[in-house]
Amino acid sequence: MTMPLVEMKDVTVRFHGARTVHAVNGVNLTLMPGETLSILGESGSGKSVTLKTLLRLLPENRTEIGGEVRVAGADVLSLDGRALANHRGGVVSMIFQDPMLALDPVYTIGDQIAEAVMRHEGVSRQAGLARALDMLTRVRIPSPERRMKAYPHEMSGGMRQRAMIALALACRPKLLLADEPTTALDATVQIQILLLLRELQREFGMAMIFVTHDIGVAVEVSDRIAVMYAGEFVETGTVRQIIREPRHPYTKGLLAANLHGAVKGERLDAIPGAPPALETKPTACSFAPRCPVRLDGCESARPPVAHFDPGRMVRCIHAVEPAMA
Amino acid sequence: MSNATSPSPEAAAPVPASRAPLLSVNGLRKHFPLKGGLFGRTTGVVRAVDGVSFDVAEGETLGIVGESGCGKSTTARLLVDLITPDDGQILLESRRLGVDLDVRELRRHVQMVFQDSYASLNPRLTMEDAIAFGPRVNGMPAAKATALAHELLAKVGLEPRRFAGRYPHELSGGQRQRVNIARALAFSPKIVILDEAVSALDKSVEAQVLNLLADLKKELGLTYIFISHDLNVVRYISDRVMVMYLGEVAEIGPVETLYANPTHPYTRALLAAMPSMDPDRRTEEAPLTGDPPNPINPPSGCRFHPRCAKAEGVCSAGSPGLFKLPSDRHLVACHAAIPGSGHSLAEMPA
Repeated sequence: MTMPLVEMKDVTVRFHGARTVHAVNGVNLTLMPGETLSILGESGSGKSVTLKTLLRLLPENRTEIGGEVRVAGADVLSLDGRALANHRGGVVSMIFQDPMLALDPVYTIGDQIAEAVMRHEGVSRQAGLARALDMLTRVRIPSPERRMKAYPHEMSGGMRQRAMIALALACRPKLLLADEPTTALDATVQIQILLLLRELQREFGMAMIFVTHDIGVAVEVSDRIAVMYAGEFVETGTVRQIIREPRHPYTKGLLAANLHGAVKGERLDAIPGAPPALETKPTACSFAPRCPVRLDGCESARPPVAHFDPGRMVRCIHAVEPAMA
Repeated sequence: MSNATSPSPEAAAPVPASRAPLLSVNGLRKHFPLKGGLFGRTTGVVRAVDGVSFDVAEGETLGIVGESGCGKSTTARLLVDLITPDDGQILLESRRLGVDLDVRELRRHVQMVFQDSYASLNPRLTMEDAIAFGPRVNGMPAAKATALAHELLAKVGLEPRRFAGRYPHELSGGQRQRVNIARALAFSPKIVILDEAVSALDKSVEAQVLNLLADLKKELGLTYIFISHDLNVVRYISDRVMVMYLGEVAEIGPVETLYANPTHPYTRALLAAMPSMDPDRRTEEAPLTGDPPNPINPPSGCRFHPRCAKAEGVCSAGSPGLFKLPSDRHLVACHAAIPGSGHSLAEMPA
């Protein structure tokens, strides 16, 4: 049996500062090599924080991480120095919403990619530049030879996004983390980037965790979806299960709010209220105050977690376990 | 260049035919000069809005869609004279701006809500002051303006006792946008322009605000101009939709006609670029390649022709202009749809 590439066990992330924020509250996640998972959630649900934990990008002095994080056999939470540097970009790589912040404005695209390859693989500058050119070709940047010498500000938004993907994939990571990489793009460019990511993911056989608030985007790129609310996964399943048989009331609300197939003139089935502030660790169902089907017990005790097939989980009192379990 | 789409007579046709439109826009044009070089010479022109004509009937919602740089926000700003147009007419109830309608009156009737709910509010004003500010400087007594502010807060679903004294940073994004809507309503406007007003909100909050907008429209008989890049939202809220591309109108028509039967190749591409919601029918091919071009020195003829799969010689030679299709109130600017245009897909003139 193949080993999972990513294993997160009961991961918690707490930020200390002027106020304490319980950003992630017990995330469990298993990802096989080559698999794509989308984490779907609204702002403040902890989806980006979960991603950054995998790269240890959170500020060390203000962050308290609990639980266990393993990627490709390595214990990510205990990595440091050289091993951490090799982990970042070598094993796990990340792309962001704003490529202008991810790319260095004073180096050309070609030099940036070559430098990353030289650093991780110990090859010559010439080999690094050759890889850079190869990567720019693979992400379908037109006239890549010329673009090798371009600075980030000289490129259009869609092209910068492609350049950032080229940089992230230059060292053939096993896992690509994507944090809303298409949110700022125009519709016709977004679909190009989504298709490109899907294709590169297949070509390189890498796994991908894709964070988004757009269900349509998750459907286009992923095999599985984890719906996140208030720092917890409230429902996980295959894309088909989440889209066709959502079981958690929050997932149902999100699907309705997407407006796909909403009938004109009919009131939207909007989820009332707003997400909780997460200043204390949840002691009940975090969604209960907004839930249309809450019961008396929902606001006093943690909801039961129902597991169906492997990978199918619902954190709700209404989700019944199959009889045989 | 003198061949900027001449406002076609069809575009100005009143909708519905029996009544004059509430708002009528004719040949609206705004070019921004690009300054550069040693002496700040003009080095180029951004043709942000180039000959845009449309009507808005009382009580309808007109959706405006298009990608960045297509001129949809510039159009909105021109409508309330936040930017002064280079050319074109704006008529509100048949009264022309600058002739028998002044800016102050126009703005009383046409109000706007922007995308950035935080930047739209003065950080040093409480919510009741923010809403009462406009009426007060227009001569309403302070006590009456404050009472109005409380009434409007209640109307947008924010309990005045809890929210009147709060500052913008003490509210969530959805609550701030409700305040911005309340403020826009303070003058009892006829038209509210919503420029990506729900785009920055989380999906669940967005749905709440869309419900609020529907309620307010019904209660106050409002007319909306709804600008958005989200085609699902536009389909839900609009009666008619206008598609813009590089400063021009590509297609305009009733929402169901446009979504079911898009005629302009760009409209088709926009709709095809929407992520699929069906895991068994994912998108296999991107409808367009490359980024939308910027409106500096746009292509000759039909501005979409360099990206269009059906482009022919006639497309780069001349601008098609808006053509009225046989179906009701559906106009399109594409040579392939205009009989006798010379395009091989166009019908021969009868």
